[in-house]
Amino acid sequence: MEANKHDMSEQEQGSSLWADAWLRLKHNRLALGSLIFLLALVVLCILTPWLAPYGYEQQNLELGATPPSMAHWLGTDVFGRDLLTRLLYGGRVSLMVGFIATAVALLIGVLWGTVAGYLGGRVDMLMMRLVDILYAIPFIIFIILLMVVFGRSMLLLFMAIGAVEWLTMARIVRGQVQGIRQQEYIEAAIAMGLPLSRILWRHVVPNTLGPVIVYATLTIPQVMLLEAFLSFLGLGIQPPQSSWGLLISYGAESMEEYPWLLVFPGLALASTLFALNFLGDGLRDALDPRVAKD
Amino acid sequence: MLLQVDNLSVSFATRNGVQAAVKNVSYSVDKGQILGIVGESGSGKSVSCYSLLGLIPQPPGRIDSGTALFNGEDLLKLSPARQRDIRGNRIAMIFQDPMTSLNPFLSIGEQLLEPLVYHHDCSRAEARSRALQLLDEVGIVDGERKFSSFPHEFSGGMRQRVMIAMALITEPELLIADEPTTALDVTIQAQILRLIADLQSRHNIGVIFISHDLAVVNQLADHVLVMNKGEIVEAGPGERVLHKPQQAYTQTLIASTPRGAKIASGRERERDSETLVSVRSLSTSFVDYSSHAAKRVRAVNDVSFDLYRGEILGLVGESGSGKSTLGRSILRLVNVDEGTIEYDGVDLLALQGNDLMPYRQRMQMIFQDPFASLNPRMTIYDALAEPLLYHGLANRQSVQSAVLQLMDDVGLEGRFIRKYPHEFSGGQRQRIAIARALATGPEFIVTDEPVSALDVTVQKQILELLLALVAKHNLSMLFISHDLSVVRYLCDRVLVMRQASIIEAGDVENVWRDPASDYTRQLLASAPVL
Repeated sequence: MEANKHDMSEQEQGSSLWADAWLRLKHNRLALGSLIFLLALVVLCILTPWLAPYGYEQQNLELGATPPSMAHWLGTDVFGRDLLTRLLYGGRVSLMVGFIATAVALLIGVLWGTVAGYLGGRVDMLMMRLVDILYAIPFIIFIILLMVVFGRSMLLLFMAIGAVEWLTMARIVRGQVQGIRQQEYIEAAIAMGLPLSRILWRHVVPNTLGPVIVYATLTIPQVMLLEAFLSFLGLGIQPPQSSWGLLISYGAESMEEYPWLLVFPGLALASTLFALNFLGDGLRDALDPRVAKD
Repeated sequence: MLLQVDNLSVSFATRNGVQAAVKNVSYSVDKGQILGIVGESGSGKSVSCYSLLGLIPQPPGRIDSGTALFNGEDLLKLSPARQRDIRGNRIAMIFQDPMTSLNPFLSIGEQLLEPLVYHHDCSRAEARSRALQLLDEVGIVDGERKFSSFPHEFSGGMRQRVMIAMALITEPELLIADEPTTALDVTIQAQILRLIADLQSRHNIGVIFISHDLAVVNQLADHVLVMNKGEIVEAGPGERVLHKPQQAYTQTLIASTPRGAKIASGRERERDSETLVSVRSLSTSFVDYSSHAAKRVRAVNDVSFDLYRGEILGLVGESGSGKSTLGRSILRLVNVDEGTIEYDGVDLLALQGNDLMPYRQRMQMIFQDPFASLNPRMTIYDALAEPLLYHGLANRQSVQSAVLQLMDDVGLEGRFIRKYPHEFSGGQRQRIAIARALATGPEFIVTDEPVSALDVTVQKQILELLLALVAKHNLSMLFISHDLSVVRYLCDRVLVMRQASIIEAGDVENVWRDPASDYTRQLLASAPVL
C-alpha cells in the first residue's frame, strides 16, 4: 500500500486533456495542414546538407544574379549563389532560432510566472521586480555585452534572445495564474492534500495554456525577425552563412533589379508564419474542452 | 390594462438548431398590481420580459410571434428610437446584481441623473433635487453626501436601493424586477421587498417580479405565473397558485422548497457520540487592501465550538459574517491567527507539511459554485482518479471501477466518465464535486453553500443525496449556509454567526422555536415563507 502511494505513472498523468486535444486537432484541417507543412519544412531543413544542389557559400561570379531557371529553381544572387540552397540553409538558422528561443522563453516564462502568480505576496513582488529590472535594460546593449564577454556564437544568440523574450511571457502567465489561484478547484486540490508541484502542474498550468500558446506563436516570428536585426547589425549570423531574415534584408536592397531575391525568402517566412498562426489557434481551441467540437 | 402580452414566442438559434425559449406566453399586468413570474433557470421567465424591451440580442434571438400592448402600443413593433424612449423611462428595470449593473466609474448621482436628463430634457438642478428626494424615499440617508459616492462605497443592499431609485426616477408606469433580492442577505432582502411593495402602492405602478424563489414571490405578488421550459404552467391569484396548485409541476416546485422541520430520514443524532472537531478561541484575519492603509480585518474572532461525530452542524450567517472563513480555517485552507483546532484529539494547527496530509485525506470540502470548483480541463475520470491514485486508494487496475463506483454513489451515469465539467448542468456538476470530496474516503466534510447556486428541484435532490451519503458513509458535516430553511431541513444543530463571532448555538428546533439572541430572531423573521 505504502509503496503504491504517490506512485503515478506517466501514463496516468498523461491526462486525457492531451489525448482529447490531439483528437480535436486532427479534425481541424487548417491546423493539421499547418502542422504537416511545418514538420515537412523542419525535415527539409534538417536534411539540407544532403539535399541541397549546391553549397551555400559556393559562388559563381560569372553567372551573377539570374532569375529562376532549370539549373537554379529560385534563381541566384549577385555572387551567383543558388538561392534555393541558401534559403534552405537559412531556414535551418531561422527555424532553430525561432523554436529554441521561444522554447527557452516558454520554459522560463511559464515557470517564473506560475510560481510568482501562485505564491503571491513577497515572493511575487521580488520575482516580478526582477522582471521589471530586466525589462529596463536596453536589449541591444545587453546583447552586445554578452557578445563581448562570451564571444560570438549561435548558442549564445539563442540564449540571449530567449532570455529577453521570457519576460513578457512571465507577465502574461502571472496574470492568468493570479485569477486561477482564486478558483475553488485550486482550493479543492489543496484540501485533497496534493503537493504544490502537482497542483501547479496539473491544475494551474493547463489552465494558462490558451494565452500562452497564442503568445508563443507570436513570439516565434518576432524572434526570427530579431535574429535578422541582430545579424544585420553584425551581432548574429555572419555571411556567407545566412538566415531568412538576412536574405530578406539583402533582397530588399536589390528588389528593383532582382525581385526574386526578396520574393522567395519573403514567401518562405510568410508561409511559415501563417502556418504557425493557424496551428496556434487550432492548439488553443483543441486544448480548451469548452470550445464545442462543431 | 397596462401591459397585455399575447401569444409571445421567442426562439434562439443555437449550435444545435433553433430552440424555443418562450412558447405562446400570454400575461397581463395592471396599474397597482404585482405579477410574480416564477420558474427555474432556463424556464424563459426572464426572456419573456426582456424580449418586450428589445433586450435580447437579435440574432441569435428571434421573436417569432405575439403582441405586447403597453398602453395600447405594441412594444414588439416599435422603432429602435421609440423603444429607447419607453425603455428606462416608462418601463424601468432592476437587475439581480447591483454591482455589475452600476457603472463603477461614475458616481451614484451621475448615474441617477442620466435617465432624467436623457429622457426628460430637464435641467441638472431640477434633476438633482428629484434624485435627492428619491434617494430619501428608498431609504438612503444623507443623500447629499452619497450623491458623489461611487458604487464600490456602498454595500449590496444599498446598491440595490440605488438601482431602485434609478429605476423610479423617471416615474415609470411599469417596473420589471429580475431577481432583485437574490444576491442579498435575508434581512436586507426583507427590507428591499418591503421597499418595492411600498413604492409600488405609493406610485401606483405595475410591477413584474421575476424570481426563482417561491417564498419571496408568495410574499409580494398579487398574481403568479409559473413557467417551465418556456411555457406557462399555471397562472392565477398568488394565494391560489401557491397554496392550492392545480398542476403537477407547480406541486413539485412547492414540494421541493425546503419548509418546516427536518425530513423524516430516520436519522436520529446519537446524543452520546464523541467530539470529532473541537475549536477553541479561533481567530483568523485578512489584510484588507481596499482601504488606503492596508489593515488587518478579523474574519473570525475568538470562536469556540464542538462538532460531534455523525452530526450535521449548520453554520448560518449573512455575507461577511465569517462563516466561510471559519470553514476554511478548520480545513487549514487559510492561515489562522490564534486558537486551537483539535481534530479527533490531534491539534491540527501544530501539523505541518507531510504530517498534515493524512488529515487532508480525512477532511474534505464541497464548494458553492459547481462551475468554479471543477477544473475545466479535467474530465470526470481525471478529477476523481486523481485523489484515488494519489492517496493510494486505488491502483491502476482498480481505478476505473473505483471511479465508476463513486459516480454511482452520487447518482451519475457511468457513461459520462470521459466528459468535461462544462458538459453538465449545475446539479450534475455539484454531484461531481461531491464525488470528488468522497473520493479520499473522508469522515468529515465542510460544505460551503453547496445548494445555493442550484434550482429548487435540483437543490432538493442534492440535499437528499447529502443526507443519504452522510448516513451511508457515516460522515460528519459542517453545513455552511445563508438559507435558514435549508439548514432547518438538513441539520441537527446550528451555529449562528454574526460579525466574526458565534452568537448562538443549539439544536435546530430549539433555536427555531425560541431563539436566544435578537439577531437570530430577526433573521428568522426576515426569511420569507411559503
